[in-house]
Amino acid sequence: MAPILEINNLYKNYGATEVLKDINVSIEKGDFLVLVGPSGCGKSTLLNCIAGLEPITGGTLRIDGHDMTHVSPKDRDIAMVFQSYALYPTMSVAKNITFGMKVRGVDAETQKSKLAEVARQLQIEPFLNRRPGQLSGGQRQRVAMGRALVRDPKLFLFDEPLSNLDAKLRVEMRTEIKTLHQKLGASMVYVTHDQIEAMTLATKIVVMKGGIIQQIGSPAEIYNRPANLFVADFMGSPAMNLIPAKTQSGSGGTLIEIERPEHEPIRLTDPRARNLPKDIILGLRPEDISEPGFRVGALVQEAPCKVEIVEPAGADTYVQTRLGGKPLTARLHSETEAAPGTVHNLAFDLSKVSYFEPESGKRIN
Amino acid sequence: MTDVSATPAHAAVSERPQGRSFGKIALRWLLYVVLGLFAIYYLMPLFVMVTTSLKSLEEIRTGDLLSLPRELTFDAWRTAWSEACTGIQCEGVKPYFWNSVMLAVPAVMISTLLGAMNGYVIAQWRFRGANIIFALMLFGCFIPFQVVLLPMARVLGLMGIAGTIPGLMFVHVIYGLGFTTLFFRNYYVSIPVELVKAAKVDGAGFVRIFFAIFLPLSIPIIVVSVIWQFTQIWNDFLFGVSFSQAGTQPVTVALNNIVNSTTGVKEYNVDMAAAIIAALPTLLVYIVAGKYFIRGLTAGSVKG
Amino acid sequence: MAKWFETHLPKIVLAPSFIAILIFVYGFIAWTAWVSLTRSRLLPKYEIEGFIQYERLFDSPRWDTAMNNLYIFGALFIGVSMILGLVLAILLDQQIRVEGAIRTIYLYPMALSMIVTGTAWKWILNPGLGLEAMVKGWGFETFTFDWLVNPDMAIYTVVMAAIWQSSGFVMALFLAGLRSVDTEIIRAAQIDGIPTWRVYVSIIIPSMAPIFLSAFIVLAHLAIKAFDLVIALTGGGPGYATDLPATYMYAMAFSRGDIGQAASSAMIMMLVVFAIVVPYLYSELRARND
Repeated sequence: MAPILEINNLYKNYGATEVLKDINVSIEKGDFLVLVGPSGCGKSTLLNCIAGLEPITGGTLRIDGHDMTHVSPKDRDIAMVFQSYALYPTMSVAKNITFGMKVRGVDAETQKSKLAEVARQLQIEPFLNRRPGQLSGGQRQRVAMGRALVRDPKLFLFDEPLSNLDAKLRVEMRTEIKTLHQKLGASMVYVTHDQIEAMTLATKIVVMKGGIIQQIGSPAEIYNRPANLFVADFMGSPAMNLIPAKTQSGSGGTLIEIERPEHEPIRLTDPRARNLPKDIILGLRPEDISEPGFRVGALVQEAPCKVEIVEPAGADTYVQTRLGGKPLTARLHSETEAAPGTVHNLAFDLSKVSYFEPESGKRIN
Repeated sequence: MTDVSATPAHAAVSERPQGRSFGKIALRWLLYVVLGLFAIYYLMPLFVMVTTSLKSLEEIRTGDLLSLPRELTFDAWRTAWSEACTGIQCEGVKPYFWNSVMLAVPAVMISTLLGAMNGYVIAQWRFRGANIIFALMLFGCFIPFQVVLLPMARVLGLMGIAGTIPGLMFVHVIYGLGFTTLFFRNYYVSIPVELVKAAKVDGAGFVRIFFAIFLPLSIPIIVVSVIWQFTQIWNDFLFGVSFSQAGTQPVTVALNNIVNSTTGVKEYNVDMAAAIIAALPTLLVYIVAGKYFIRGLTAGSVKG
Repeated sequence: MAKWFETHLPKIVLAPSFIAILIFVYGFIAWTAWVSLTRSRLLPKYEIEGFIQYERLFDSPRWDTAMNNLYIFGALFIGVSMILGLVLAILLDQQIRVEGAIRTIYLYPMALSMIVTGTAWKWILNPGLGLEAMVKGWGFETFTFDWLVNPDMAIYTVVMAAIWQSSGFVMALFLAGLRSVDTEIIRAAQIDGIPTWRVYVSIIIPSMAPIFLSAFIVLAHLAIKAFDLVIALTGGGPGYATDLPATYMYAMAFSRGDIGQAASSAMIMMLVVFAIVVPYLYSELRARND
């Protein structure tokens, strides 16, 4: 079976500026693809290109095996949900949802039954006759979803659909979108700048920066094995600790030495690492630096560190110290005895460590 | 511009503790007296026009400007409407009033529709050069029309519509386009481009999006454009006097002819009645719809 | 073909208006500019002769009067309308109970045709039967107010009528401006104990600079185009004492049959408008594009 969406060597220029460079992505039916990156990375432009709302400069784009590179949006069999919802202000909710069918000449009976079905699914029956202006943000969001769902397209496109909602509603809608995806088994492409949304929703993530794809992979791959410093820093909250370090090959593996002010350097040994360059950047997620005794394994090593800031966050307490000239965050349990200004033992679990080459920022293990 | 009907921003300024001292009350009274005097100043000419039009010529000669008519007579109105002389003809302002109606109504409709479509294209279907086109059109609003009078007279002749109402209509549509386009462009520019995108994905095209989505949202700005254009065209004198002839003149030109070229006895009451007749349509529009004009101009973002 | 039509439809829709503007605004300006450089009289000629029409224009005492009148009229009309408009706006901004009604009264002259305004004021200022006669009738036998027929003073009657017509509009502009000032700034000033008049002078009015500019542009534009009011009120007279560039141009074009003079005077008007409007439009468009 052909991939539901296949993008090959896609380029997009605005005049002389290249906004998308050599994009290659493909997803299978039922995939939930999330395009994530900081603002201006080209993710929304890429989505608009997939929708056919922006012409592409080079490359090809296929939907369900058909070449769609130069096909207009209405013939691509897609539906789209926008950040501002883009509901038609003068039409009732019902008319908003059925407008697409009306334009396409679908008969009134079908329009009615489809509308009823979608309204039930999204629980928007009570306000089908209201105008968008009379709805709350969350309700508008549902209507926008309804307008997409009713079309039953090959591909759903979402352009930051949750970013205009307040925090609580955002979490609720996120779950709802996920449920919907699982229930419908639909193929979706979803743009967001929120890496948590990306992690929770995606079956496949594309991390972008400056119009270039940085990494494609499952949420776990992206999280555990970031391809470069940018992805490591961008995905995950609090961000991955990225600490400059020096290495030295020894008999028991590689010796890693991390400088710190006013203290002895920290020395860790990674028995698995081979042939690391002399200077590296060591990446460890906060949860991989914990209270001694909580993680066990051959690769857990302890070192005393001076605590600078303690931030209780309910279930966990984040502790900040300073290593290699940079702040380092560790995730400890909430009853930790670490206090600002004291020295506390921290356990470094090297089983999940990432090594990066400082110059290029590329991953080397 | 912001809505003048909004609550005074200076509610803040005036929210000082209400010390009911004598000075404060006196100041308040003085304020109302000053505002009242200005109201009299602005109303006085209208008052004089109305009272004069209801007086007999005899009373005008003997009485004074501000006195109320001793005896109401509508003769002057009758004369102004159907008998007063504009040069050689003596049919009153009636035929010219209808000329103005036949001129203004289609010209307002055409220029508003064209302005709406132009604004829609410029604001929502941006293409390279659209901004330059907009700037050129905008600048066209500001030229002194004297600079186009001579060539326009010749071109209307070449087109065979010199001295006709359609010819005058053509002129008003052309030189009204800049403003109507400006109104609609500024209104549409605040509508998120995603609306067009959503409609495109829904399968609608350029024309359908305009008529099904944009036109229904444009009522406030259509009101602005219609009021503006109607006032401009109805009150115009320069184009009317330059490009019309005896039978096709608009009411402003006829009024000026009645006032300035009657021979024999000067009938001031008839002049005033004719002036009021000429002013009534725009005055009515202003009183009925004036607040929608300012509201529409300031209406911008559309929630959706 | 259908696809081409679909993608170019927006341009096709805009094209007729754009072409019309190109021809009827820019083409016509070019035509007038061209003719202003020829010896055209009753009929246009197209051989360029240089600036003779402009020389004739600047030598003409009538044009001289027209330009002088424009300075007097423009300065007084713009100045008084702005001051009056601002004062009225501030007075109206004091939580007046019948604000809506007063605003309507101040603003209605704007809806009238200049011809109507001219007709009304011509009657009021009529020395034999109007204001002068009325005051005389009250017993002030020596009172004279004959500006309308006095060549030295007639231009001021045009100023009076024009101010009556437009000052309410300026008031509306300023009132909108006053109300667009951020309330928090005013509250902050009050907490600092700054008196009301100081709040107006130091905070509100300075922040309205763009409105002053807009009002100035609109009024200047009205002044240069002023034509109908003069025709209705004084007919340009007595003699040509109240001629303005617009009436001069009209007289040359349609009653004197001197196309060359008409074209050159129109071009001068155009240049004056250019000098005022172009910098304004440029800055406006720049600001909008940001």
